[in-house]
Amino acid sequence: MFETFEHKADIGVRGIGKTIEEAFEEAAKAMFSIMFDINCIEKKEKVTLKCNGDDLEMLLVEWLNTLLAEADLRGLAFSEFRAKIEQNSLKGEAYGEKLNVKKHKAKTEVKAATYSNLKVYEDNGRWIAECIVDV
Amino acid sequence: MDPSLFKKISEYEWEIEKQGEMNVKAKIFASENLLLKMDEKVKEQLMNVASLPGIVEAAMAMSDAHWGYGFPIGGVAAFDGNEGGVLSVGGVGFDINCGVRTMSTNLSVDDIKGKEEIIADALFKNVPAGLGSTGKIKLNLYGIDEVLRGGAEWAVDKGYGIPEDLNFIEENGKMENADPSKVSDMAKKRQFKEVGTLGSGNHYLEVQVVDKIYDEKLAKKLGFFEGKVMVSFHTGSRALGHQIGMDYLKILAHASKKYGIKIRDRELVCAPISSKEGQDYFAAVNAGMNCAFANRQVIAHLVRESIESIIPHAEVKTFYEIGHNTCKVEKHVIDGKERSLYVHRKGATRAFGPKRKEIPKEYRDMGQPVLIGGSMGTYSYILLGTELGMKKAFGSACHGAGRSKSRRQAKREQRGEEVIRKLKERGIVVRYHSASGVAEEAPEAYKDVVEVVDSIANAGLAKKLVRLRPIINVKG
Repeated sequence: MFETFEHKADIGVRGIGKTIEEAFEEAAKAMFSIMFDINCIEKKEKVTLKCNGDDLEMLLVEWLNTLLAEADLRGLAFSEFRAKIEQNSLKGEAYGEKLNVKKHKAKTEVKAATYSNLKVYEDNGRWIAECIVDV
Repeated sequence: MDPSLFKKISEYEWEIEKQGEMNVKAKIFASENLLLKMDEKVKEQLMNVASLPGIVEAAMAMSDAHWGYGFPIGGVAAFDGNEGGVLSVGGVGFDINCGVRTMSTNLSVDDIKGKEEIIADALFKNVPAGLGSTGKIKLNLYGIDEVLRGGAEWAVDKGYGIPEDLNFIEENGKMENADPSKVSDMAKKRQFKEVGTLGSGNHYLEVQVVDKIYDEKLAKKLGFFEGKVMVSFHTGSRALGHQIGMDYLKILAHASKKYGIKIRDRELVCAPISSKEGQDYFAAVNAGMNCAFANRQVIAHLVRESIESIIPHAEVKTFYEIGHNTCKVEKHVIDGKERSLYVHRKGATRAFGPKRKEIPKEYRDMGQPVLIGGSMGTYSYILLGTELGMKKAFGSACHGAGRSKSRRQAKREQRGEEVIRKLKERGIVVRYHSASGVAEEAPEAYKDVVEVVDSIANAGLAKKLVRLRPIINVKG
C-alpha cells in the first residue's frame, strides 16, 4: 500500500508493507504516482540497480533517487518495483516503459527525495518508509 | 507563528535572540500578518541553521519563507571558512541556480493586441517544457563539460543569443570556480538532452506588461513605461542540478560525521568549507550554476526568435537575470571589517546595493535589479537593491510569493481547468502541459505577493521600481 501526504511546499511519499522491502517498493510507487498515473504504465522494460546507505533511512533516499535518475536517464516511466535489502545494501528492479506524456498522464516532475521527514520504522507488524520529495 | 515568540525590531523585522546551541541570532523580515501565517517550522529551521559552525551575523528568512529542507525556503545564511564555516545542500537546494531572466521589448501592449494567442502558441511550441521534455541540443560528455565551464557564454558561442545578453546576467553568466570533474557522469548524462528546457512544477514563462511604476525617474532612465511588454521566465539547472544535489547529499552526510559537525537535523548535512568535500561540493555547485545560466540563455534565444517571428520589428533584450538557489563567495563588511563569506541563498535573491562591482555598469548607480516572480497569474516585481539591505541581510531579498498551501490542498480546492478559466476571464492567455500541475500552482496556493514584496520594501532591503502584470503564461 502507498500514499502521498501533505507538506507545505512539496509532498511526502509513504510506502507501507509487511516487510521493509515491500515498504520500499510501495514508497517508490508513491513517488512515481506524483509524476504519472502509474496504472497506465505497462511493464515492458526492466532496469536493475544497486544502491547503499549508512542506515535504512539513507538507503530509502538513495533508492528513490537512483530510481529517479535511471528513469530520467533512460526516458522511462516506472510503475512496479522489486527490492532486496541486505545490510543497508539494496538490489532492485524497476519495471516500466518508454515515457509517453499523453498515455501516462504526466503530471509534475519530482526533483529529488530528501532527508526531510525521513523515517523507516515498524508499527504493529507493518513497515513504513516515508520522506518528503522536492517537486 | 505567534509574533510574541519574537523580539520585534520594527514592523517588518523579527528576531530570536541567540540561545542554547545557537551561534548567532535568527531573523525574519516580514509583516506581522505574514509572520502569523508562516509555519512554525521556519523558526525551528532558522534556529537549527543558526547553530551551524562558522555562521556569521544571523540566520535569516525573507517574507516569502516556508518550510524547506534543513534551511527554510526563503533563507539566507553566510559562513566564514576561516571560522569553521560550512557548505550545505539544504542551503542551496536541488535546483541549483534556479532563477529568473527578465527581458524587455520595444513593444507596447497595443503592438501585440490580437496576437496574444499566436505568441502563446509560438512560445509553447518553441520552448520545450513539461515532464520528460527534451531540447534540440544533444550533448556528449565532452560537450557537457564545455557547458559546465562556460555557462551562458557557451550558449552565446554556440549561437544562442547575443554577447550583449551576457552583460546583464549575474556574474556575466559564468562562474569561474566551476569544476566539471566534481560532477558525476550520471548528472552529466541526464543533462545531455535537457539544455534549453523549462521543466515543470513552478517553472513558467510569461509575457508581461509594465502595469505600475514606483520610481518615475529611475524607471524612465531604464526605458520603462506603462504598457511596455516584457518577458520573464523561471527555471534552473534541470536534471544536472538535481543530480548534483542527490550525489552530494550522501557525500556531505558522510562529511558531517567525519568532521564531527553537530547538526540538529539530518537535513542539515554539511561539510567544512575548508575540507575536500566542501570544496568539491562548491566546485560542483558552480558547475551546476553554469548549467542553469546556459539553460536560461538558450531559452532566451528561443523566446527572442519566437517573438521576432511574429512581430519582425520586435527587439527583445535581456534586462537582467538572477538566481535564487545559490551559494557564492562575496565580500561583506561586518563591524567595519571586510570579510569574504560563503553566502547561501535558498529561495532568496541577491539584492546588492548601489556601487557594488558585481552590478552591470548600466545599473550600478541605482542598485542591482531584483526580479521577484509572482505566482501564476499574479503580479511580478522589479526592485532595486539598497545600501541598507547590504547591512541588514548581506544584500538579499525574497524570491517570489512563497507557497501557503500544499499542492494536494490546492488540487482539492480547484481543478486545473477552473484555474485556467479564471485566468482567462482576467485576460491572461494560458498554455500548459499538465492540468493538475496548473491546479497545484493556482494563485490561491501562494501568499499574496503584494504583501511579500511590500514587507521587503518596507524593511528597506530593496526598493520597488516597477510592477508587471502577466498577459500570457506558459506552464511547464
